[in-house]
Amino acid sequence: MAKELVLKEGEVDARDIVPINRQSAGDKLRAYLNKPFSFVLFIFVCIGAALSAAAVLWVLGYTFAKGIPNLRLSLFAWTRTAENLSMMPALINTVVIALMSLLIAGVIGIFAAVFMVEYARSTNIFVKIVRVAAETLSGIPSIVYGIFGLIVFTELFGWGYSLMGGILTMTMMIMPLIMRTTEEALRAVPDSFREGSYALGAGKLRTIFVIILPSAMPGIISGVILGLGRVVGETMALVFTAGSPRNALHPSGLMEQGSTLTVYMYALISEGNQHAGEAWAVAVVLIILVVLINAAAELIGNKLKKEY
Amino acid sequence: MQQNSAAAAKSAALSRADTKNIVKEIAMKALFAFAAAVFIMAVGVICVYLLAQAIPTINEIGWVKFITDEKWIIRSGRFGIGSLVIGTVLSTVGALIVGVPVGLLTAIFMAFYCPAWLYKILKPLTNILAGIPSIVYGYFGLTTIVPFSAEMFGGAGYNLFTTSVVLGIMVLPTIISISENSLRAVPKSFYEGAVALGATKERAIVKTMFPAAGSGILTAVILGMGRAIGETAAISLICGNIAQIPDSLADPFITLASAISSGMGYADPYNLERASLIAVAAVLFVIVLIITTIVMMLKKKKY
Repeated sequence: MAKELVLKEGEVDARDIVPINRQSAGDKLRAYLNKPFSFVLFIFVCIGAALSAAAVLWVLGYTFAKGIPNLRLSLFAWTRTAENLSMMPALINTVVIALMSLLIAGVIGIFAAVFMVEYARSTNIFVKIVRVAAETLSGIPSIVYGIFGLIVFTELFGWGYSLMGGILTMTMMIMPLIMRTTEEALRAVPDSFREGSYALGAGKLRTIFVIILPSAMPGIISGVILGLGRVVGETMALVFTAGSPRNALHPSGLMEQGSTLTVYMYALISEGNQHAGEAWAVAVVLIILVVLINAAAELIGNKLKKEY
Repeated sequence: MQQNSAAAAKSAALSRADTKNIVKEIAMKALFAFAAAVFIMAVGVICVYLLAQAIPTINEIGWVKFITDEKWIIRSGRFGIGSLVIGTVLSTVGALIVGVPVGLLTAIFMAFYCPAWLYKILKPLTNILAGIPSIVYGYFGLTTIVPFSAEMFGGAGYNLFTTSVVLGIMVLPTIISISENSLRAVPKSFYEGAVALGATKERAIVKTMFPAAGSGILTAVILGMGRAIGETAAISLICGNIAQIPDSLADPFITLASAISSGMGYADPYNLERASLIAVAAVLFVIVLIITTIVMMLKKKKY
């Protein structure tokens, strides 16, 4: 039952009050006519945003339009032949390289972040050098990683092109990303958690593994997933380390060579126009993977984020 | 007597547990510190191996010749990175000319104008742009912008214009997200103060918020630059891979990064041909070191 509003004498219904500081569209337009500079800038801002949105939609739309008609079941056949050009081996290599490098980079990155946040003072010279090193690693272009991997893993260690070389190269690439996101997550854990744990008699180590890391887990996981996205999208660092075998089946071990999806797409493009359809299909799979991975990272980062 | 010895045994057991705990704590601390040290070692190893191979190579070629010779024909022993460096600079500048204005305007739109419902669409879209693998950008450029460019300028379409447009799109997400964040980090009171003094919204943004977010925006541009300089997979498909100094937007060219990837396919691994490519990688590495230093110096300013 809605209550009828009864107004006493001298009272005004609040809903009838018009705020004087609110501009209507007409007011805004009139204000803009007096200030042409502002109006022009406003138009430019809108155009800029529209261009950005158009660029995304153009790239996505074009790729999907070219790729989706070429997606056929035989592209996902278990073994690759000259006829079906299946991307299945490449897909599995991508998963293997991604999981292994995430495992190694995850342990190193998370442990390093624990040291940076929980143990060291930020004025410490060692911490400063580690930070500079991490910034440097995250700025190195993938082709430089590729050449480094070629010199060290492929040739110096004598592994030849191998999944292992690719895994270690990718580990170096994504370590700084995982460390940075983990550091942020650890810093977001309030000090009262640590103090409470110490007050109950827990040691530092127990506090870290039982209290702090679990509280920071959503942030850490979303960082790891972002790293996954980087591995899936990487090409140049893997061409010279994991190799791009022309007729590879499934590699039988980590010391065998094998191409990932991106490298496979690169190989298809290099062979000229006859495999354009397959290349676009791989592009679609790549984009879908990356979008899913990013969405998962965001979802986990937001959903599990606790407000302290 | 018995009570005493029981207490002594108990305290001995306790201290044994304590020592065990202390050892564990120290061992784990050492492990954490080692993980952090891995980062320094990684940079060190990259530095040592690249430079150890590059410096003797450049000594053999001759430093002056390596830097100033504009001919890069490794098959006939001309190892001058002049045209490569100029190609990298031009394509990076081109990418920034395309990407920075659009990116900054988009960042302003997202920080100050965007209604909440549109933000929910626009933000994920720019994130997707950041996630698309560079090889996909390259192939996209190869099939859309290369033909367009060929029609507009004549020639094959593998040129500076094509590369600038594709790279410009690729640096967009970096520029948008970092400058949007730094615009949002400026205290709102700056904006309110400007508006209270009678500035229009646009004037307040341009004259107050923009300068206040200056170092963040500069960081965004420099990081975008870093991405453009190091980009390989996309550029090598669309730049034409011809080692020459382009006279116009319509000329094919080559960058440091794409010279490495295109040369690796045929370079003789047992002489200077391959070694010179590693030297180019070392040059790229040094450029990145310089950029990282600049970014670290810019980051010091905070509110």
